[in-house]
Amino acid sequence: MAVKNTIPFRGTPQQEQELQDVIARYKDCAGATIPVLHEAQRIYGYLPIEVQKMVSEGLNVPLAEIYGVVTFYTQFTTEPKGAYHIAVCLGTACYVKGSGDIIDRIKTRLGVDVGSCSNDGKFSLEATRCIGACGLAPVLTVNEDVYGRLVLDDIDGILDKYLK
Amino acid sequence: MAVNLKINNMDVTVPEGTTILEAARSINVDIPTLCYLKEINEIGSCRMCVVEIKGARALQASCVYPVAEGMEVFTNTKAVRDSRKVTLELILSNHDRKCLTCVRNQNCELQKMSTDLGVDDIRFLGENPYYDVDNLSPSIVRDPNKCILCRRCVSVCKNVQTVSVIDAVERGINTIVGSPFGVSLSETPCVNCGQCIVVCPVGALREKDDTDRVWEAIADPAKHVIVQTAPAVRIALGEEFGMPIGTRVTGKMVSALKLMGFDGVFDTDTAADFTIMEEGTEFLQRLEKGGKLPLITSCSPGWVKFCEHNFPDFLDNLSSAKSPHEMFGAITKSYYAEKQGIDPASIYVVSVMPCTAKKFEAAREELSGTGYPDVDAVITTRELGRMIKQSGIEFTKLEDGQFDTPFGAASGAGVIFGATGGVMEAALRTVADILTGQDLQAIDYEAVRGIEGIKEATLEIAGKKVRVAVASGLGNARKLLESIRSGEKEYEFIEIMGCPGGCVAGGGQPIVDAKTQMEINVRAARASAIYAEDKAMTFRKSHKNPIVSKIYQEYLGEPCGHLSHKLLHTHYMQRANY
Repeated sequence: MAVKNTIPFRGTPQQEQELQDVIARYKDCAGATIPVLHEAQRIYGYLPIEVQKMVSEGLNVPLAEIYGVVTFYTQFTTEPKGAYHIAVCLGTACYVKGSGDIIDRIKTRLGVDVGSCSNDGKFSLEATRCIGACGLAPVLTVNEDVYGRLVLDDIDGILDKYLK
Repeated sequence: MAVNLKINNMDVTVPEGTTILEAARSINVDIPTLCYLKEINEIGSCRMCVVEIKGARALQASCVYPVAEGMEVFTNTKAVRDSRKVTLELILSNHDRKCLTCVRNQNCELQKMSTDLGVDDIRFLGENPYYDVDNLSPSIVRDPNKCILCRRCVSVCKNVQTVSVIDAVERGINTIVGSPFGVSLSETPCVNCGQCIVVCPVGALREKDDTDRVWEAIADPAKHVIVQTAPAVRIALGEEFGMPIGTRVTGKMVSALKLMGFDGVFDTDTAADFTIMEEGTEFLQRLEKGGKLPLITSCSPGWVKFCEHNFPDFLDNLSSAKSPHEMFGAITKSYYAEKQGIDPASIYVVSVMPCTAKKFEAAREELSGTGYPDVDAVITTRELGRMIKQSGIEFTKLEDGQFDTPFGAASGAGVIFGATGGVMEAALRTVADILTGQDLQAIDYEAVRGIEGIKEATLEIAGKKVRVAVASGLGNARKLLESIRSGEKEYEFIEIMGCPGGCVAGGGQPIVDAKTQMEINVRAARASAIYAEDKAMTFRKSHKNPIVSKIYQEYLGEPCGHLSHKLLHTHYMQRANY
């Protein structure tokens, strides 16, 4: 099957075992699809075709239905998260203070589109709704690190830290 | 319990649980519908069928709203008409409105509704993202640009056929019906049954058109082009020309094919008699020598592919006999070529089938025992209808023609292949004669007739107990096989057809709109035409067909013999489900 994302699947046997345990726990529950997909995304960070197939086989729910659910709900993603996941807030306060330009700068610098991951698996980029840190606008996070009151010229310095 | 209500101030009494839509139709009040399809898709999503209910806060979808005592319903108020019209305009605003070149032009529920509701202008400029047309499957073409997201196809694929290779994906304006990860249907476990096509109200799903290939072959003087027609085509083709459902047009169909320029017009029913000889013999051998039972029929290519994907543990139960039209092709390119002194390389076999899965089947490499593909092109009943129209033939005014010899004479057993239970009955007619050594007269096996999804019977034939089951529709097939897998049920002989009702309701048959389907049981009407055709035949058992005996004597030898195996049998393979 042709699959959109180009990052090879790097699931480990431990992850698979963990997912199989989740599936076994939910197997006979009605409406198990969404909770199992949540768990699967927690385990793998995203829901590539390989993971969706495991859920489909395990729960005996057609892959087409699983895929329909995954693409319907925005909290599910079929794109892997990078080693460094950059989330730029595009909430109102951040946006009026220029977070649109910030996200564009990151895209150009890293060659990564919003909602996708660099081919080496190092960076992924997400545009978020308001993250509740308007006092720091414009704000972005890299994994657990928070960077606030940003100006465009801060961006290269921040990225350099993670590019090393 | 009976429920009394008023619809447009008219009193109506209906059983509890009836929907407003059904109640209204019962007193000839028409309510337009798009997503609704009786028993298949009742989800109230398109909002075309809204009605006013006295006391209700908003307009309600009548296709899913059950009646209640004392209810007062209005189906034709200004509010209702305005709402329907806006809904329809919104649907049309992002529909690819190339009606003139659409395969469903003049047979489109959306187009008809647009006329009925008086939409003469679409006020909204819809966002029209373009989607690639998926035409990689040999059987089915999907055009998401014409899809109105009614989900009838999703429902029939998932709930009726349990194949489930399409679903609604993404959300909002980006919603389309598609396969996981955007792959082509050809890369999924789709079995090509085409039930999605016959439930589609618009032109978003259609058969892969092979009419050009057939016209090209006919125009090529170096080719000897012969055509064969399946039993279910002759009782449905008339519908393409406005004739009532269940009209038998065998003679007109033959005349039309001759006028179109085929070099030989033959009957797949004759080949069905060969299938019975082979499959019947195979059954007797397995029964007597303790071979693998139950024997399961293999005429339906949708079912065969479904088995390869979902029940690989039953592949040895499948009869190795090819389906009738493939047998026909093999005999044509061997026996017939030899007799007529024609180079088999120049013979071009066209099958007219009620089926889209036959297109996939014909492309199977293993179906070429003569060194040439058994069948070169498969067209559906609908495609034949189009070709007849392209030829300028006034179909309804044609005189009855006769099939050409030698493959024109068939038995009634060959005819009933077209209805669910027919192959079983045809086989039993022959098997019972062989086992009893008599020419039995009681040959109407009523227990296996009828349009129920699963039928069972236990028969006593020459002191032997034979337990048989018949399933049509792949959801029913799944249920039946799972009951055998679990050890709950045991049978000796099983017939399975991929489409609910069998070939008469195949994915290549004329499309009947949702409204007509509420009024007429299409499967039953077409099946009764099949059984009428059977009754009218001189010979009603396959082994009594003189052509069959002649070709076995002159050429093939014994059923299931060496040459038969080479030409008339095949094998199957396990296929991945993902």
